[in-house]
Amino acid sequence: MTSAREVVVTGLGATTPLGGDVTSTWEAALAGVSGAHTLDNDWAETYGIPVTFAATIKVDPAEVLSRPETKRMDPSAQYAIVATREAWADAGSPEVPGERLGAVVSSGIGGIQTILDSWDTMRERGARRMLPMTVPMLMPNSPSAYVSLELGARAGTHALVSACASGAEAVGYAVDMIRSGRADVVVAGGTEAAIHPMPLGGFAASRTLSLRNDDPERASRPYDVDRDGFVLGEGAAVLVLESAEHAAARGARVYAKIGGVGLSSDAYHITSPDPEGTGQVAAMRFAVEDAGVTTADVVHVNAHATSTKVGDLTETASIRRLFGADADHVQLSATKSMTGHLLGGAGAIESVFAVKAVAERLAPPTINVENPDPELQVPLVRDEPAKLPGGDIAAINNSFGFGGHNVALLIQNA
Amino acid sequence: MANTDQEILTGLAEIVAEETGLDTADVVPEKSFTDDLDIDSLSMMTIVTHAEDKFGVRIPDEEVKNLATVGDAVNFIKSAQA
Repeated sequence: MTSAREVVVTGLGATTPLGGDVTSTWEAALAGVSGAHTLDNDWAETYGIPVTFAATIKVDPAEVLSRPETKRMDPSAQYAIVATREAWADAGSPEVPGERLGAVVSSGIGGIQTILDSWDTMRERGARRMLPMTVPMLMPNSPSAYVSLELGARAGTHALVSACASGAEAVGYAVDMIRSGRADVVVAGGTEAAIHPMPLGGFAASRTLSLRNDDPERASRPYDVDRDGFVLGEGAAVLVLESAEHAAARGARVYAKIGGVGLSSDAYHITSPDPEGTGQVAAMRFAVEDAGVTTADVVHVNAHATSTKVGDLTETASIRRLFGADADHVQLSATKSMTGHLLGGAGAIESVFAVKAVAERLAPPTINVENPDPELQVPLVRDEPAKLPGGDIAAINNSFGFGGHNVALLIQNA
Repeated sequence: MANTDQEILTGLAEIVAEETGLDTADVVPEKSFTDDLDIDSLSMMTIVTHAEDKFGVRIPDEEVKNLATVGDAVNFIKSAQA
């Protein structure tokens, strides 16, 4: 049964540390591949950064974009455009009037490489040597604006900023745009390109990064007892969302439905999650209620799980609190164990993973869990992908951000 | 050191090609930056910034509006180098 308010996913695109598109990224994730590696630079010696590794993008956008495109766009926008082109083609390049097409692409940090490079240029050579495109490249709405330009999206172009929840919040906002009738099709997702010594140094200063320099591929290990922080990643993912009616009218292939969106905020601490998980529980509860299902229907959760001591357990405690005994049949996956943490791109690539999981009935693995934390309260998919049941199923993608932002997206089979 | 007209044209064509994706062969003296090469004002200022670097000259903002064609730019750069 479909109604005009129902929102479906008809296209997927991504460029990540695991691959330059969705297929290669998903296959690497199912195979349990890590995207992290030692950085080939002298940042540690030059700046004293205690971390020497990250999860950099697998395919340089210069390989797929034109030279002027790579010069005019900050890498965060370049990644978004790469993902958008794939997603749009994957959706069958829908015919939709610009006035009915929206673009919502978030970044947690914005054009940080442009900001820092331009500042270097100005200090070294003066303001006159700065490029005229500096400001349009550094603004955090630049990726969304370029996506809008690319597709002629005129129903609204937005860039919601909520740190590591940004990508998921973008998807949630896009769902609202379609439900409220402001658009028929919305291209939504998130992007980040912050692998630069300054943000790396900043995250190291906040003591949230893993320092496992001698073993980068095994550094991101959510729920392992020896986890010691997250691994900085980069990349983008984009989903083409469409009203079910619009998709049906053009005979589009539908991956899944986005049945529910749950949003809340902790108002507890600028970086630490509320240890009671009140906001996380609320976001997941809203998503479940919004979709008109119960926790008994939710068979898979793509965890926010960044591999930090506190955050990982708060989330599973929240799931247990909301789900009760229903948590026993949840297959929990922490895909940041492979991708690293894409910050503003995380909620988007994890939405893609959750959509693929529901569509293919296969939950991706969580790698590097040698000794599961005894306080882990939900069954974890380890090492090998896990089959999800047949029939009507639902999955939740959780994304939480510095600042106390909680986003839960509920995804259902088509 | 002063460049020849041809050296300036070649260098300028490389800058324009890099900025716009046009073929360097399309960047010839009689072409208008706006009407023929479809270069907007931001791109024009980017080209100017790179040209100043490449040819070691100063192209004042008030002069840029007078550079209608590629040939105008070549001539200006040549005179500025003199």
